[in-house]
Amino acid sequence: MKKIVLSTALGAAVAVAASTAGAATLDDIKAKGHVQCGVSQGLPGFSNTDDKGNWTGIDVDVCRAVAAAVFGDASKVKYTPLSAKERFTALQSGEIDILSRNTTWTMTRDTTLGLNFAGVNYYDGQGFMVRKDLGVKSALELGGAKVCTNTGTTTELNVADYFRANKLTYEIVAFEKADEVVQAYDTGRCDVYTTDASGLYAQRLKLAKPGDHMVLPEIISKEPLGPVVRQGDDQWFNLVKWTLFAMINAEELGVTSANIDDMKKSTNPAIKRLVGVEGNFGQNLGVSNEWAYNIVKQVGNYGEIFDANVGPKTPLGISRGVNALWSKGGLQYAPPVR
Amino acid sequence: MASITEKSDSEDTAKVALWNNPKARALVFQVLLIGLILWSGWYMYSNLQANLERQNIASGFGFLNTTAGFGIIQALVPYSETSTFGTVFIVGLLNTILVSVIGIFFATMLGFLLGISRLSHNWVISKLATVYIETLRNIPLLLQIFFWYFAVLRSVPGKRDKWSLLDSFHLNIMGFHAPKPIFEAGSSFVVYAVIAGIIASFFIKRWSTKRQMETGQTFPVLWTSLGLIIGIPLVVFFAMGMPMHLDYALFKDTGSRLRQGFQAGHGMVLIPEFLALLLALSMYTATFIAEIVRAGILAVSHGQTEAASALGLRSGMTLRLVVIPQALRVIIPPLTSQYLNLIKNSSLAVAIAYPDLVSVFAGTTLNQTGQAVEIIIMTMLVYLFLSLVTSMFMNWYNAHMALVDR
Ligand SMILES: N[C@@H](CCC(=O)N[C@@H](CS)C(=O)NCC(=O)O)C(=O)O
Repeated sequence: MKKIVLSTALGAAVAVAASTAGAATLDDIKAKGHVQCGVSQGLPGFSNTDDKGNWTGIDVDVCRAVAAAVFGDASKVKYTPLSAKERFTALQSGEIDILSRNTTWTMTRDTTLGLNFAGVNYYDGQGFMVRKDLGVKSALELGGAKVCTNTGTTTELNVADYFRANKLTYEIVAFEKADEVVQAYDTGRCDVYTTDASGLYAQRLKLAKPGDHMVLPEIISKEPLGPVVRQGDDQWFNLVKWTLFAMINAEELGVTSANIDDMKKSTNPAIKRLVGVEGNFGQNLGVSNEWAYNIVKQVGNYGEIFDANVGPKTPLGISRGVNALWSKGGLQYAPPVR
Repeated sequence: MASITEKSDSEDTAKVALWNNPKARALVFQVLLIGLILWSGWYMYSNLQANLERQNIASGFGFLNTTAGFGIIQALVPYSETSTFGTVFIVGLLNTILVSVIGIFFATMLGFLLGISRLSHNWVISKLATVYIETLRNIPLLLQIFFWYFAVLRSVPGKRDKWSLLDSFHLNIMGFHAPKPIFEAGSSFVVYAVIAGIIASFFIKRWSTKRQMETGQTFPVLWTSLGLIIGIPLVVFFAMGMPMHLDYALFKDTGSRLRQGFQAGHGMVLIPEFLALLLALSMYTATFIAEIVRAGILAVSHGQTEAASALGLRSGMTLRLVVIPQALRVIIPPLTSQYLNLIKNSSLAVAIAYPDLVSVFAGTTLNQTGQAVEIIIMTMLVYLFLSLVTSMFMNWYNAHMALVDR
């Protein structure tokens, strides 16, 4: 009995460990005909299904852009919804090819999980949401509060650091699924809901009365969110990294999904290289030279996907802030295509 | 050529002879099987190590000594954010044991009650039990947990309000608040009195059984034991000047809205996550136990009851001395599996933020350290161990209850 259980345990463990790492992910993807993309279980603006069941969001668009680069067809993506807790194992085991799920780039994750972060598609920070009628104006007044959050997140660690550093007591109620956190906070089990500030704006939409809640001004951490791939496959890592860079460069060069066909005739050498009229940049990535053209044409440049999913005109209503281009005072910066 | 054939022929006969020996054959198979298991274990282990290394995934048990850095809502041993992942393991384990042991207790009580009620001659009682059993048995446990947590949580008073009983027990969304006994110097004597009472009752029981066997005289064991276990300690308690006081929950409805409600550090609180899980686990498992109890009682042939009454036993005694001991033999083995189910089902805790082993260790710790293999193996061994201990205890109890040939 013991032996059987143990060997099944080891068997399961080996199944986790025996993965496609090191193998050429790009070749596998071309062979199977789609990109397998790990997303959240529903975070509006980032990765969420619309009323027709299609996935949308800024994280989803990263996967769609990768598919556009590989296949010239942004729709060749299949999605795996993952909780915060499940996400890294899913990537390590080869169940997904890319994890694009509001995941914070931290040193532990980068160095001990066998993973690589391919860049940052959204600079975020952790915030607190409370009921307006509490009359709390600052996070420093939260001593003694009950705090709801997700397990297996950076959030859980930051909140512990913050309260300890400020010598405040608190009690944490940590759920696995985001919807349960929202529900528990909404019923009044907790005084505070904490997660990435973007997540707070997104999840507030799910509350019974969104208007009764407010986000406190303090941002207590740095949460650079970005796509993640397995370590040990540089070709695939490069492709995901440059997909992101292509979108940022396109915005910087004023190339949009609407004008890209005209831009093919541009005389600007930087634009010529980006849209694939000049040079062999796509080939060097292992895809066609039209890669960036396809990304921008089918998905859009960075500014476009930001505005379409989380920007001021969406229900989330988030302004560009630190996510503006470096040339406009923000942090989004991409090395040149040359 | 010929010589070779001959040789192999003779070898064949030797083999066939061995083959026909069942003992040798069994031995060969067992050695082969053990060899195969060991080999595949070793193969999987080395493969795993190589893969982890190739993928640059950290391995080993060093993480148990590093700082966890996150908070846990319920800990039976001292725990803070600066404790280690090793302590997280202990905290999770104790929380699992806590909900399992209490759950098993209530499931058994309720299960026996329901099982007997379903056999009752009273139509209303038996139908009520039937409806309860058939409904709860057929609703998935996870849904029942969600029901108790989310639906019931929504209907109890909010943080700044409460339902109270006798001014000392309160219920609201933050949990069940009760007075906490604080023991002072001298209270240890009360504990000693209780222990002495239990030991004395044990010997009295043995003595009275022996005497009844020999002389047929009965002795009021139950009342004597109650007196010894409760009465004498009470006397000691008062004699020592009542060395205990109650720390009542403190409720505030003034001051800042955030700090209104029950104050931390006063009284005792059972968190709603614990209550919901406990209720769901015991009410669900009780339905299965009820059916087992009913089957066990029905398995005792009616002739036994008739014989007992022919001997002049009253119906209470018939149940206690004739029916139940025989029914228990049928009940205990499947009851054990229900206990094991309850322990394993307690891992559904993760759905409602009760910090059991699966939630804080196989969940949070796994995610923060990424060491899936070590953590999953440790967690599985814990469940295996808990199950084996439960089985062993129940097997011992079963052997104790088994029919002794006289
Ligand atoms: N960025 C943080 C937190 C990520 C996280 O899980 N956030 C929650 C709350 S915004 C979430 O994504 N929920 C959606 C879901 O679980 O599907 C991390 O990487 O650890």
